[in-house]
Amino acid sequence: MLNTGQMNPPENALPNAAQNILDTANQLRWDVGGSAHEKIVEAIYTDAARIADRAVTYPNTPPRFNLDRTIDRLVTSRIWGFPLMILLFTFVFWFTIIGANYPSSFLAWLLLDNVHPLLKEGSAAIGLPWWLDGLLIDGMYLATAWVIAVMLPPMAIFFPLFTLLEDFGYLPRVAFNLDNIFKKSGAHGKQSLSMMMGFGCNAAGVVATRVIDSPRERLIAIITNNFALCNGRWPTQILIATLFIGALVPAYLGGIISALAVVGIAMLGVLLSFVVSWALSRTWLKGEASTFSLELPPYRPPRFWQTVYTSLIDRTIYVLWRAIVFALPAGVVIWLISNVMIGDASIAEHLVNFLNPIGWLLGLNGVILLAYVVAIPANEIVIPTVLMLTVMVTGASQYGAGSGVMFETGSQETMALFHAGGWTLLTAVNLMLFSLLHNPCSTTIYTIYKETGSKRWTTVAALLPLAMGFVVTFVVAQVWRLFAMMG
Amino acid sequence: MTTPTVKIPAGHNCATCPAHNIGNLTKLGINMENWDYVVALAGNPNTGKSTIFNALTGLRQHTGNWPGKTVTRAEGGFEFGSHRYKIVDLPGTYSLLSTSLDEEVARNFILFGQPDVTIIVADATRLERNLNLVLQVLEITDRAVLALNLMDEARRHGITVDERSLARDLGVPVIPTAARSRQGVPELLQAVHDVATGAFVCQPHRIKNEPPALKSAIKALVEQLETAFPGLPNARWVALRLLDGDQRIIEAVKRGELGDLTRDDPGQTNGDLVLQLQEVQHA
Repeated sequence: MLNTGQMNPPENALPNAAQNILDTANQLRWDVGGSAHEKIVEAIYTDAARIADRAVTYPNTPPRFNLDRTIDRLVTSRIWGFPLMILLFTFVFWFTIIGANYPSSFLAWLLLDNVHPLLKEGSAAIGLPWWLDGLLIDGMYLATAWVIAVMLPPMAIFFPLFTLLEDFGYLPRVAFNLDNIFKKSGAHGKQSLSMMMGFGCNAAGVVATRVIDSPRERLIAIITNNFALCNGRWPTQILIATLFIGALVPAYLGGIISALAVVGIAMLGVLLSFVVSWALSRTWLKGEASTFSLELPPYRPPRFWQTVYTSLIDRTIYVLWRAIVFALPAGVVIWLISNVMIGDASIAEHLVNFLNPIGWLLGLNGVILLAYVVAIPANEIVIPTVLMLTVMVTGASQYGAGSGVMFETGSQETMALFHAGGWTLLTAVNLMLFSLLHNPCSTTIYTIYKETGSKRWTTVAALLPLAMGFVVTFVVAQVWRLFAMMG
Repeated sequence: MTTPTVKIPAGHNCATCPAHNIGNLTKLGINMENWDYVVALAGNPNTGKSTIFNALTGLRQHTGNWPGKTVTRAEGGFEFGSHRYKIVDLPGTYSLLSTSLDEEVARNFILFGQPDVTIIVADATRLERNLNLVLQVLEITDRAVLALNLMDEARRHGITVDERSLARDLGVPVIPTAARSRQGVPELLQAVHDVATGAFVCQPHRIKNEPPALKSAIKALVEQLETAFPGLPNARWVALRLLDGDQRIIEAVKRGELGDLTRDDPGQTNGDLVLQLQEVQHA
């Protein structure tokens, strides 16, 4: 073979020899003609076809019924593709909402109603100073307990279901359905794949855009990835939809209506990523969409238990752990700003009062805005932060000590708490919208910076969705109030 | 009979029997210290590279049923037949000729990372399309094993593949596998071991049917390359890439990195490129 040489060329001979080689290559490229690339590819394909032809025998009569084809014809059909997609995702969310209810209330009962008072008694017994007791138990412990109670059950159901769909081979079909629209938006069809990854985690989705060759289209995919609802935001959507939207209808319809609301928000996100891709590809990132081939993998029966296991370990525990890591310091911050007094009110109250007018304009409130500031490191802790801040801010008058209130997720008591905080249906709808449309979490922002290497595009990717969130919630709030006045 | 810990003398029937050797597989997970050989896993998207990776390392990297699941490299380790292996799961690609980042990660690793063995994973139900990549990999490296994966699916569809004809045409060992159910994994390990230790010397297929103009251009360039970089294992492929105007390869020629690719100092991978690769990976 070729590796017969034994000695290295003298060091100083290299540059010259290298230059010669490149010159020769340039010269030869002209001799071969402009299509060296195609000729090489053609030669490879011819050989591949010949070798494969010799080695492979196909069945003489193709089977009359091909299950894969039949399923594909249905799920990628022009007429049935989208309805089936919506139906399937609605089922997944409905199942998640129904299934998460009971374990969530159990965890809340355990961690908040029972363990928390026990800890309080314990600390009183050993005589912890009030501030340490507050910081540790009402701050760190409560924030963590909330994160677990609110997030664990829906995640433990949603992630395995989603992963099963992925393993079965359905997601590429969704990408196939969406591809045409992406192309019309001037974006790369593979953006549908990175968006699918974004439904799990936006940071992963941003990394997944590497499959896109053209830098222009890749940038569009990165900027719009945030419109795919991620791990950290699904629980917010599910909880708020269950409490507010599901409560509008009779109990037996509650689950399905809440599921539809969540699907609606997710679809809105998909729609917005088309709109923003379209706008970007006609303004800052002008250019034609490139073509590509998308392989639809065969349907494979997922290995059920292994999938459940890996999605529990890889995703559920991973995300939960991340949430807990961020919840601990956030708990400290929440407790501190709620208990350090400036003048006659706590820092939190000052901040909330300051943010309230802005919150009102957006159909939200000061507590939610403050929660989003506290939760910049991780979206996962938004809802727990909102709940804790609401307790602490309203708690002074409504609930006494400002902590240790009994709540149960998904129950009347949480609702009572929200009502005490002045929440309406508008607040809930706009929180769902704002949860879809705001800056990506710190991990995603950092990933975007590493992938693009550009401060400018990172800033765009971070602020564009936030600006859209402000605009959308503002418009919705004003229109809502207009109708409310007329009604 | 014997337990896996008992050393069987070489030449004994048991030593060559795959059923014995599977007992010699020790999954090392992410422990990759003191490896003797580096193994790369290449192949088209969604052919089961990650499944094979998990089967060998005992890691549980999530394997999704969709093309493009792995866009970065994943690394793990295993021990087999008293050698320690580091295995690198490369992103799945349809070719090594274009310019997207995932293809470059795969291409650069096979070229500059110089794995001791490259396992090319091919989908037996779509062999012709998969062979395009196989042939490209064989242009770059002369130490490869073809894992003909998803044989269970091929059987279900009534497709038969003559792996002996394939092995003869490609000049590398061809092992039929069904990695999902661990079928063929012991045989694959044995083949990897044979190629890594030099017990099996591959004679990889090289493209021969180029048009005459291209053929003579390659010949001229290969001569120059071999004079400048004696021992370059893939001069033909470098010549092809230079004719195609591949910027990364032109850079490599300019910076003299090609000199590092010669087989004169085995065991010493060039740190620069490994670092660069890691940057690409973590970027």
